[in-house]
Amino acid sequence: MQQIINFIIRNKNFLLFLLLFGVSILFTIQTHSYHKSKFINSANFLTGGVYNSANNISGYFNLKSQNQLLAEENTRLRSLLSNSGIKVDSTYIDSLSFNKAYRFHNANIIKNSYSLTDNFLTINKGKKDSIKQDFGVISSKGIIGIIDKTSKNYATVLSILNTTSRISAQLKKTNHYGSLKWNSINPNIIQLIDIEKIAPIKIGDTIITSGRSSIFPKGINVGVIENFQLDAAENYYEINVKLFNDMTNIEHVYIIENVDKNEIINLQNGINE
Amino acid sequence: MNSILSIHTIRFFALVFVQVLIFNHINFLGYINPYAYILFIALFPVKNNRLILISLSFLLGLTIDLFLDTGGIHAAASVFIAYIRPVILKSSFGTIYEYQTIKFNTVDFGSKLTYFTLITVLHHIVFFSLEIFSISKIILILQKALFSSIFTILISISITIIFSRKNK
Repeated sequence: MQQIINFIIRNKNFLLFLLLFGVSILFTIQTHSYHKSKFINSANFLTGGVYNSANNISGYFNLKSQNQLLAEENTRLRSLLSNSGIKVDSTYIDSLSFNKAYRFHNANIIKNSYSLTDNFLTINKGKKDSIKQDFGVISSKGIIGIIDKTSKNYATVLSILNTTSRISAQLKKTNHYGSLKWNSINPNIIQLIDIEKIAPIKIGDTIITSGRSSIFPKGINVGVIENFQLDAAENYYEINVKLFNDMTNIEHVYIIENVDKNEIINLQNGINE
Repeated sequence: MNSILSIHTIRFFALVFVQVLIFNHINFLGYINPYAYILFIALFPVKNNRLILISLSFLLGLTIDLFLDTGGIHAAASVFIAYIRPVILKSSFGTIYEYQTIKFNTVDFGSKLTYFTLITVLHHIVFFSLEIFSISKIILILQKALFSSIFTILISISITIIFSRKNK
């Protein structure tokens, strides 16, 4: 017993180092698996508050470009509004109950990140605004990510620039679909994999979300095809997609809530059983 | 003693805030950021207890991690350099360290540069290996570590020069 205590006292530095290093590695491994980062995330009171007050100041510096983006979006929405007019789906008699499957909330990014391999953003909406895990996040130009952790006033977003993120996407002109992932090299380019070899793809084609995951509705813009090649087994295409969004300059975002999500998931789970 | 304590407390918080609010948004050439918060570990008094340094480094790293959503990467790298700091001190300052009389204001520039370089490079290699977390991307790890190290060393040296007290 005496010897054990002596050993501990003699090696106390090394043992403390080992303990703390082990704890940090544990946290690291947790963040590398999806939705597991329980303790260490920036959606808490302290970090959220600091980022929020810093953003209050730094928000002024890019007011001009953000206003430009919002104005562009207003123009687009206004033209949609005046042109869409009389498109009646004959299966719906009550035109009010139609188009309500998705609910939108707006939010501001208070912390952006794009230079790491696993990037998380922080936004200034949280549980108080009924934001929950797995809601989609988009900007006026395209997709941004998926809500990961929420606190009372803040939430973290698993960016599409994250090696653990997988989002279902498809070609705009045909319905061939695959999944989006990121190889952590360029924050403007992400990869679309698992597109069938028979799909007719060309450089410059538009990629949109496929609506298969019940997070994003179908038809949210993602980007255009920059270049493509067959994968090692020559069955699927690997496509480099240039994002419409400039991920390095985003401020105003929209959060998409799929109202029917539970229903869809229950239905799909019922099929699997 | 009291003034030393308050200096280090202020330095701790100042470095965390500067790191989180400024240095992490530089993104020079897309991804190069300095991680100058390790100055806290580098400039910690040599005479003090190593247990305190290791615990404080963990706390410092974890605070940075909390802000940057990086799990425990900064904490691991900080604890690592805090643990092996005596070895680095010995190899860069030699015999002065033996007598435990280093004052970071008074040592000559060359050995100070060696000291910062060693501590920064080791920190960055551990940091980027954990961040990228894949052996197959070792080139990317080394590349990021190299570029960020250069940046960090430049910033650290500038900070120490700017904030050093004049010896009359």
